[in-house]
Amino acid sequence: MSRIEASHLITEIDYGTPIRMSEEQVSLTIDGVAVSVPMGASVMAAAMMAGTKIPKLCATDSLEPFGSCRLCLVEIEGRKGTPASCTTPAEQGMVVRTQTDRLANLRKGVMELYISDHPLDCLTCAANGDCELQDMAGAVGLRDVRYGFDGENHFADAKDASNPYFTYDPAKCIVCNRCVRACEEVQGTFALTIIGRGFESRVAAGATDFLSSDCVSCGACVQACPTATLVENSIIARGQPDHSKVTTCAYCGVGCSFKAELQGDRVVRMVPYKDGAANEGHSCVKGRFAWGYATHKDRMTKPMIRKKITDPWREASWDEAIAHAASEFRRIQATYGRESVGAITSSRCTNEEVFVIQKLVRAAFGNNNVDTCARVCHSPTGYGLKTTFGTSAGTQDFKSVDKADVIVVIGANPTDGHPVFASRMKRRLRQGAKLIVIDPRRIDLVKSPHVEAAHHLQLSPGANVALLNALAHVIVTEGLVNESFVRARCDMAEFESWARFVALDRNSPEASERHTGVPAADVRAAARLYATGGNGAIYYGLGVTEHSQGSTTVMAIANLAMATGAIGREGVGVNPLRGQNNVQGSCDMGSFPHEFSGYRHVSDDATRDVFERMWGKKLDDEPGLRIPNMLDEAVAGRFMGLYVQGEDIAQSDPNTQHVTAGLAAMECVVIQDLFLNETAKYAHVFLPGASFLEKDGTFTNAERRINRVRQVMAPLGGKAEWQATVELSRALGYPMRYAHPSEIMDEIAALTPSFAGVSYDRIDAMGSVQWPCNEAAPEGTPLMHIDRFVRGKGQFMITEYVPTDERTGPRFPLILTTGRILSQYNVGAQTRRTANIAWHDEDVLEIHPFDAENRGVRTGDLVSLASRAGDVSLRAEVTDRVQPGVVYTTFHHAATGANVVTTDNSDWATNCPEYKVTAVEVRRTNHFSKWQEQNAEEDVTLRRIDRSELQVAK
Amino acid sequence: MNATEEDSDRRLVVMARQIADFFRSYPEERASRAVADHINQFWTRRMRDEFLAIPGLRDGALDPLLTKAVASIRPGRADSSRDKSGA
Ligand code: SF4
Ligand code: SF4
Ligand code: SF4
Ligand code: FES
Repeated sequence: MSRIEASHLITEIDYGTPIRMSEEQVSLTIDGVAVSVPMGASVMAAAMMAGTKIPKLCATDSLEPFGSCRLCLVEIEGRKGTPASCTTPAEQGMVVRTQTDRLANLRKGVMELYISDHPLDCLTCAANGDCELQDMAGAVGLRDVRYGFDGENHFADAKDASNPYFTYDPAKCIVCNRCVRACEEVQGTFALTIIGRGFESRVAAGATDFLSSDCVSCGACVQACPTATLVENSIIARGQPDHSKVTTCAYCGVGCSFKAELQGDRVVRMVPYKDGAANEGHSCVKGRFAWGYATHKDRMTKPMIRKKITDPWREASWDEAIAHAASEFRRIQATYGRESVGAITSSRCTNEEVFVIQKLVRAAFGNNNVDTCARVCHSPTGYGLKTTFGTSAGTQDFKSVDKADVIVVIGANPTDGHPVFASRMKRRLRQGAKLIVIDPRRIDLVKSPHVEAAHHLQLSPGANVALLNALAHVIVTEGLVNESFVRARCDMAEFESWARFVALDRNSPEASERHTGVPAADVRAAARLYATGGNGAIYYGLGVTEHSQGSTTVMAIANLAMATGAIGREGVGVNPLRGQNNVQGSCDMGSFPHEFSGYRHVSDDATRDVFERMWGKKLDDEPGLRIPNMLDEAVAGRFMGLYVQGEDIAQSDPNTQHVTAGLAAMECVVIQDLFLNETAKYAHVFLPGASFLEKDGTFTNAERRINRVRQVMAPLGGKAEWQATVELSRALGYPMRYAHPSEIMDEIAALTPSFAGVSYDRIDAMGSVQWPCNEAAPEGTPLMHIDRFVRGKGQFMITEYVPTDERTGPRFPLILTTGRILSQYNVGAQTRRTANIAWHDEDVLEIHPFDAENRGVRTGDLVSLASRAGDVSLRAEVTDRVQPGVVYTTFHHAATGANVVTTDNSDWATNCPEYKVTAVEVRRTNHFSKWQEQNAEEDVTLRRIDRSELQVAK
Repeated sequence: MNATEEDSDRRLVVMARQIADFFRSYPEERASRAVADHINQFWTRRMRDEFLAIPGLRDGALDPLLTKAVASIRPGRADSSRDKSGA
């Protein structure tokens, strides 16, 4: 058993102060032991490296040393007094003593002071067994307290339990400042301060309490607190965990590593894992606290079937449900043809689960009708980066941002969508890197504590390409191209035609102002900054991809990076911020209808041959249907059976009424999910899914990092998802034989050159591995395109601006754009079932004061939001975060039905829907829309479960 | 032609036009090849066949670039030389 598989409580070493990365080493002696450490390490860290723990309270290695508790005193030969080891750098030749009588007395004195006003209720304290104050009292041998316990204390101070996940109990605070520093240095939110002086000093979150403060509930302060002052409510309720397993967050594309800390098979808390390469010990509110959905009462744990969607559900055994699904798919294929069925894979599921579904489609269904929800988010990234660079993935690891000098954020909202990466980015910005934000909305990054964008190019939604062409125009016409890079690395003929194109007058910042609405001078200044400010790094999100010109925008971004030579080293690059946890992986695994794993086209004979031999089956050499085409074909009566894995297309996909019409036309829809979601209303077979806590597998994050997901509890439905898929395949007459997901990964590695070196053993040994991982890169590949592009020469593409067909006019004069917020995740199926609703219990419509006034709308009013596709009602929030003419909402709540309003316009290359631009009108109303009323009714009628003839699942 | 077929023709035309719009900035020869390649790579057999049968496509009435691309778009049914009998 490997180190992290072991069943005990995993605790990382705390070196007390941050580990410095220095080539240079210094040698010193600590308590007679010679030790050699990187220059810049503190005496405290050096001692820990030599295996000596120096008592400490205010120091921990995620924070810069502070030097306030005076417990870590040491003696250093040739120096007067007793310096604090946390703030003293180790130096060449130092002779340090950590244990002498003088030090022991001093430390005891310090501890006596701390303990004299500390409640002595250790036996009933939540931190009992996990308290550094307790540990230190033990370490210094505290036996009595000379000052007694009758002095002043804070025992009567009120607790702050406003946050649903943790409690602040001021009685136990030792004012070590670790929480305040964690909030500043690790999270970058600056929500906490110490108020008062001397004995009166206390930690304060804003004016009233944690919930109403700027706190984003990341948990960094709770983790940093050495006492029970800040402690998880789950620990207060259940006590200390006794074992843990390292696993990966199932929410966003950052892919944070967590220790799932358990009592038996019950999760007590999730603690970010310090050795996790993506997050290095940090977390956000979702991964850290919002895991309760896994055992929520709404979880469906029994398979169910029904003939018609208007029938009530009937519980069935696994065998019956799978046999039924298989016979339906076979019947449909016999009636309507081989191409009349297909599947949708989920970016929330593991690589292994996705892989077996696309295998089932290609080998058992015998067609290529498999698509993934990544279709609706990052498919343009795949297309655009493959065309220009040769690979469908971001170029950097997250750490690279530590070396960036100019950070460009386009159509992404990292503090809400990718919070842990945002914290890293903000740290770099506080160190002085410059920030350019290109976004129609004033996202938090534009101005937040100690971070301010040098430029916020607040463009009109839909004008990304015009703006990027204008930036390129400046770079080319002002002689800012990195000629030597372009000459050495890129296709020169293509570069030249691109340069001629962007140099055209119509692409100048002045000419494009009428499309973008951004003052030309700002565009020019931003272009100069990106091209000349040092390492330029571009980060982008769905505000880039979810447009009719999504793929064009991705290519325009790649053009900029190539033109300035900002590719192939640390600190630069083109970085898509992936939405869901496994978007990268689900695409890598061959979820698209035209390609096998590793992005190889199904028409490629050599590739197909490898798969055919391994799978023992002739495979189709023609692309299959994409999700929107599946729905069109369903309405046309030709596509009649769909297997949907962990996705809720009826809520997440655009133009809901078109989606549900397609689903309703099908004869067999099989849903595999945790909950009876919106799509399940149209389903005939329900197979219980397994949450990330219930299965083994891997997720691949936005840096191409393959992280392990480890099972900590048995699947509530009795099966991991991959097992159900394998059984369905067997019932279809195509058996797959895997005993464990690691065997699926072995098959992926055998079939996919960029994964050739990947195995569970390799991942366990290295912690995680970034693909490509093969003979050429046995340890994986943190940075791509270092000496040459994967495709050989970098390919500049001409990116003409083509305005979307979605135009505003008298009937629909405003533009709606959509996004997400920190505490909720995607369609909200998980987060809505947690206490995260404390922060966001409904979707609201942001509208500019100018537009609001014209319509007599005030904050809190119910408004109707209507487009050509449909209308819904929701509450308005009047704010100047959005510009006049633009309104904004989220799509986290099914009842809002924001996608009733979005249209089926889509990206020209990939059909990724244009969520970010919809022409709408807003007016006050006093009722919910027809769709909402009908939907509320269907919530009941289409989800009925008939429990009268209960069958026991086998 | 029924309403759904008309609808689906309309969608295909919109999609093809969008593809043509992207490649239009390239010299005609290259652009028409790129449009055809894109359609061959991403569209199913049936979509291609339906598309090729759309009135006005071949005579340039729809979009001259699409008309030029037609010759290189692989018909869906004709080339199924491989065994397509399925599972
Ligand atoms: S939870 Fe995070 S944001 Fe809130 S106070 Fe603690 S460190 Fe700051
Ligand atoms: S709340 Fe905890 S971390 Fe913050 S000052 Fe008090 S004891 Fe230290
Ligand atoms: S940043 Fe993303 S991966 Fe990390 S804890 Fe939050 S949701 Fe999970
Ligand atoms: S640990 Fe060094 S002064 Fe507190």
